[in-house]
Amino acid sequence: MPAVALSSLTPGEGATIVAIHTDEPLHQRLLAMGFRTGKHIEVIRKARFSGPLQVRIGTTDILVRKNEAEQIKVRKV
Amino acid sequence: MKRIALLGMPNTGKSTLFNRMTGASARVGNWPGITVELLTGKILLGSDMVEVIDLPGIYDLHGFSEDEQVVRHFLHENVPDLALVVLNATQIERQLSLLLQLRQLNLNMVVLLNMADEARKFGITIDAGKMSEALGIPIFLLSAKYGSGYPEALQAATKALRYTTPGMAEQLRDQLEQDEYIESEMARVLQHSVQVPARMSDNLTTQLDRLMLHPWLGLPIFFGIMFLLFQAIFFFGQPLQTGVGMLFTWLHDAALVPLLSSLPDALQGLLLDGIYNGVATVATFVPIIVLFFLFMAIVEDTGYLSRAAFLMDALMAKMGLDGRSFVMLLMGFGCNVPALMGTRVMRSRTLRLLTMLVIPFSLCSARLQVFVFITAALFAPKSAALVLFSLYLLSFASAILTALLFKRFFPSNEPFVLELPPYRFPTLRQMVLRGWHEVHHFVHRATKFIVAGVVLVWLLTHMPPSAAPASADTWAGIVGGWLHPLFAPTGITPELTIALIFGFVAKEIVIGSLAVIYGLSGHALTNELAGQLDWVQAYSFMLFTLIYTPCLSAIATLRSESKNTGFTLVSILWSLSLAWLVSITFYQGARALGY
Ligand SMILES: Nc1nc2c(ncn2[C@@H]2O[C@H](COP(=O)(O)OP(=O)(O)O)[C@@H](O)[C@H]2O)c(=O)[nH]1
Repeated sequence: MPAVALSSLTPGEGATIVAIHTDEPLHQRLLAMGFRTGKHIEVIRKARFSGPLQVRIGTTDILVRKNEAEQIKVRKV
Repeated sequence: MKRIALLGMPNTGKSTLFNRMTGASARVGNWPGITVELLTGKILLGSDMVEVIDLPGIYDLHGFSEDEQVVRHFLHENVPDLALVVLNATQIERQLSLLLQLRQLNLNMVVLLNMADEARKFGITIDAGKMSEALGIPIFLLSAKYGSGYPEALQAATKALRYTTPGMAEQLRDQLEQDEYIESEMARVLQHSVQVPARMSDNLTTQLDRLMLHPWLGLPIFFGIMFLLFQAIFFFGQPLQTGVGMLFTWLHDAALVPLLSSLPDALQGLLLDGIYNGVATVATFVPIIVLFFLFMAIVEDTGYLSRAAFLMDALMAKMGLDGRSFVMLLMGFGCNVPALMGTRVMRSRTLRLLTMLVIPFSLCSARLQVFVFITAALFAPKSAALVLFSLYLLSFASAILTALLFKRFFPSNEPFVLELPPYRFPTLRQMVLRGWHEVHHFVHRATKFIVAGVVLVWLLTHMPPSAAPASADTWAGIVGGWLHPLFAPTGITPELTIALIFGFVAKEIVIGSLAVIYGLSGHALTNELAGQLDWVQAYSFMLFTLIYTPCLSAIATLRSESKNTGFTLVSILWSLSLAWLVSITFYQGARALGY
């Protein structure tokens, strides 16, 4: 399975994080939110009009903007 | 005095714990090494008074955000005798990383795993004893909101305070950045002490979100909730505000006037119409601030504010704002002052400033009173609704224009990654404390400024003593005369210019000031206005009133919340310029079209 952008998943789909290509401040924030390579991530829903994604990692639900989700690479499971 | 600092990620319940520890006695204070104010409170612990400090929430000890810098500097300059580290027990898996970073600072620490009630509900089991052993730090389960585990936590803190702080190891940065170390440590600690069910089972949140964040229904529900909130604040706030106003008038008439009647007229005027009115102005804001934050506590604590961000983000991001800004903007239609204070939930300073620049354009209830009066005087009943509606639209348009124009000066420096917490409901105690803290803050910060402003406007409109109040011979009249060349092309008459100077204090007094200026009231005033002005002039005056500075209290709040006089001046100047531009464009345009 090739790696795809987190933003390309549809609601309900799960995947494994393979790489995070964001700038440093965002990267650090994502780490603290539990985004680490190898972790399981699930897209819960997407807002209308290309709005943010609601994703779930472990027990935390998080909002990320679409353009930022494009910089997170995942592999579907 | 020994110091206890509360540390932890945002939304872990630090403030809730802080409030439980210090009650209503907390105060804001300044600290060496940092520019922001922190809440502190003094409490008796064991037999000693200790000072408790609520630090801003941080995700990462080495993060780039403002809050993270503040905490770093604070810890560096003011090493606490004890750090109470608050973690969200339901998210222990990821929050442990912060604890491991903090542990390397060699601080004297006690760890509190908060929200134990939720962890239990979600089926997460934590063996605090085992975890404590694995980490070599005292660890306790706690529910700061409901109080279980609190006595034990306090006892542990008391005990830990007896030992002196080992101090902080320097040059830790390199070591700290070893992510791998932290990751393997996390795995080791969690392995034996924590069990998380494979799937989270918060059915209530899942089901509520299915409705609240529904692709089609989400936005209508959001606007419905906002409308209800707004109505509720209006419904309860208006009578309360009127009540406080009446109380102050009664005190004025029954006690102060007779008491001061022997003083010279000018001094009486200064004391009663200047200083006393200033204090009364501050007081009328008290009920509205309390109400606003009672409701705000609900919106925030239930987690709905983050949901609003989800729903509105696509639109607001284009304006450099986020969904929370939008909620504050909407609440500003009730009253700008608490809405400005409410922006404190936004942790990015630039985002907050941009939001504060936009909020004063919200057509608040005080301005509505002016518009209703003028519309009734100059427009046919069937066009009145249309006039008011157009003013609401223009209020939004000014806000959007301002955001679009200024967003490049306020680029957000904080990554937008918001947590979506499960739905919770605040306890009454939490709501009341919130209202109390905000009122205290407002009264403490804004009173001097507002009283000074009211006195200044009183002087302008009543000096020199030989001039009739608010007439063309007063200083205000003279200033109005100077300004006339500027206002003539907007159709605003010299009398109305003086009313605008009054309106700088509060829009509530604009109609009253017109009564003083014309020496008429009620129907007579309505008729006089209808005779003096045509609808184009009246609309131009309303446009100016809508867009220029809302009131002195809003300025005082802008200043105390931004802690930046330059920013406050920019806000005032921009709104004045925009008001002038819009009025002149409208007036000249309408005249050119033959109206
Ligand atoms: N269920 C539950 N909720 C809590 C507890 N402590 C705090 N909360 C809620 O968690 C949210 C965040 O709390 P707050 O004190 O504002 O967190 P802070 O950002 O760390 O200061 C609020 O809605 C609180 O009511 C707790 O022990 N149990």
